[in-house]
Amino acid sequence: MSAAIAILQPGPQTSVQDAGRLGFQAFGVPVCGALDPPALRLANALVGNEPGAAALELRLAGPAFEVTGGPARLALTGADGVIEVEQGGETRRFGPWRAIDIPERARVRIGPLKASGSAILAFAGGIDVPCVLGSRATDLKGRFGGHLGRALMAGDVIALGASSLDGPCLELQNPPSLTFGGALRVVLGPQADAFTEDGLAEFLGTAYRVSREADRMGLRLEGTPLGFRRGADIVSDGIVTGSIQVPGSGLPILLLADHQTIGGYAKIATVISADLPAAGRLLPGASVRFIAVSVAQAEEARRAQERAVAQQIAALLPVRALARVDLEALLRENLVSGVVSALESDEGRGAMDRIT
Amino acid sequence: MTEEKAEQHDAGSRRLGALARFLDLGDTAFAVEFGTVIAPEINALVHRTAALLAAHPPEGMVETVPTFRSLLVHYDPRRTCAAALQESLAALDIGEARVEAPARVWRIPVLYGGEAGPDLGDVARATGLGEDEVIARHAGTVYRVYVQGFLPGFAYLGDLPAELDLPRLTSPRVRVPAGSVAIAQRMTGIYPVESPGGWRLIGHTPLRFFDPARAPPTLFTPGDGVRFVPAGPDEHAAIRAAVARGAHVPDCEASR
Repeated sequence: MSAAIAILQPGPQTSVQDAGRLGFQAFGVPVCGALDPPALRLANALVGNEPGAAALELRLAGPAFEVTGGPARLALTGADGVIEVEQGGETRRFGPWRAIDIPERARVRIGPLKASGSAILAFAGGIDVPCVLGSRATDLKGRFGGHLGRALMAGDVIALGASSLDGPCLELQNPPSLTFGGALRVVLGPQADAFTEDGLAEFLGTAYRVSREADRMGLRLEGTPLGFRRGADIVSDGIVTGSIQVPGSGLPILLLADHQTIGGYAKIATVISADLPAAGRLLPGASVRFIAVSVAQAEEARRAQERAVAQQIAALLPVRALARVDLEALLRENLVSGVVSALESDEGRGAMDRIT
Repeated sequence: MTEEKAEQHDAGSRRLGALARFLDLGDTAFAVEFGTVIAPEINALVHRTAALLAAHPPEGMVETVPTFRSLLVHYDPRRTCAAALQESLAALDIGEARVEAPARVWRIPVLYGGEAGPDLGDVARATGLGEDEVIARHAGTVYRVYVQGFLPGFAYLGDLPAELDLPRLTSPRVRVPAGSVAIAQRMTGIYPVESPGGWRLIGHTPLRFFDPARAPPTLFTPGDGVRFVPAGPDEHAAIRAAVARGAHVPDCEASR
């Protein structure tokens, strides 16, 4: 029998997501899927899954649950946060970006996410929910897919797929930085010409703030309203994840994974796919600027990101092996630190910090 | 639209590059825009192009999304690039895209007015028609399925008679019940699931329009015809009960 998790506290919005539901947008079915696709791939790699296996996406804070029916292996990616594992009155704490083995009947609690509004919690074997229209992603608005078409609730029991936990727990050596650089790159269009010159200049020249209306469908932005040449309404046309549509208020809305497939507001620009994970991690209150790039630059940025994620996955090491490598590094530092400056011995202390 | 038909119309051979322009939507999609207005001729070009690309998908294309006047082409930037894809699309011979009468016309039972259609009275007042006249005009037209979108299974049906042309509500409802039959400008449609919505609600149908367990998941297909048929409260309730039992088969007229 495979393991399951029994939800004690669901967190603000924990949903089953995968790489998304492709091929049905012509029927009005949105793609959905993880807001942070590289985090999904890294989490799945850490627990030995296929890249697009279904996992839990956490928003703002994580769930608390009990592991039942057998042991489980999990990994948290895409945010900083503390994973508390409690069994027999003893609590151990772990960080993200590594696999953790959880014994049967242990309780796991993931508190508030730090440095990010969304995170991925993957389990070895994936989340075992039915595949609907080719995907296990939850369509929260359409109320299908995932676990009963909704976010998780206390009392839910979520089955995990069968998997072998024989191999070692893996760890990512150099986790990607979650610090938001303050800017998202965009390709202007398809209706950039619906805006006045001043409107376009404001869009690229001023900062916008993520409002409290921020969810998986999109982020409403606050800032300077954009001027239209004629008006905000167009005859409805296609929307992609990353489309920035501007309704009559003049305030942009950055559309994310759960966006509708077509819409009738002018779209000034599209956030490039390499920057969508950062957009998906944004929290209310964050300040955002937009930088225009060409389609070719955007495609190259995406390919570079793919290469970086592939390199990170190729460089995963068993947790203990990583500690051993650090120890060797430390020893090397110690061999030389006796004859060099205090500055370099500080580097030795850095290596020490990483072991403990 | 079979290949046989495409061959028949070789005389009318036309390259996509001369009929449409490409609009940028980031690095995973672009729009093939045939026009900026709602017109059956433009919509036929969109669906014709979608069918041709579905039959022979170019390398790296992920899926297409037809809209009233443009085709959104999704691609995988790991496998191709917009420039290469647009070059091959521009050379595509899309032949003749004719506006044809719908092959089938769905008959959709509707309970008009009352709680089922809370805006019917306002629509009558705003148009200067009686409620019965609004119903007669709405039910007296065979509509074309232009596109699906907004919600899974939401079909944009046109064209609504000009006398019923009213703007969307200034403040949209937070919750529109599934099955609500609604109008806005020159379109009518049915909310397939409960949703926020700004269209005016004039009736309700018990039929279901989206079932993720079916393939395809929607009742309608672009190009279908739709006729609304007034139903009394008893008939509406009986159909609703049959739909709930899974015992209702939607009614369809073959028109050609």
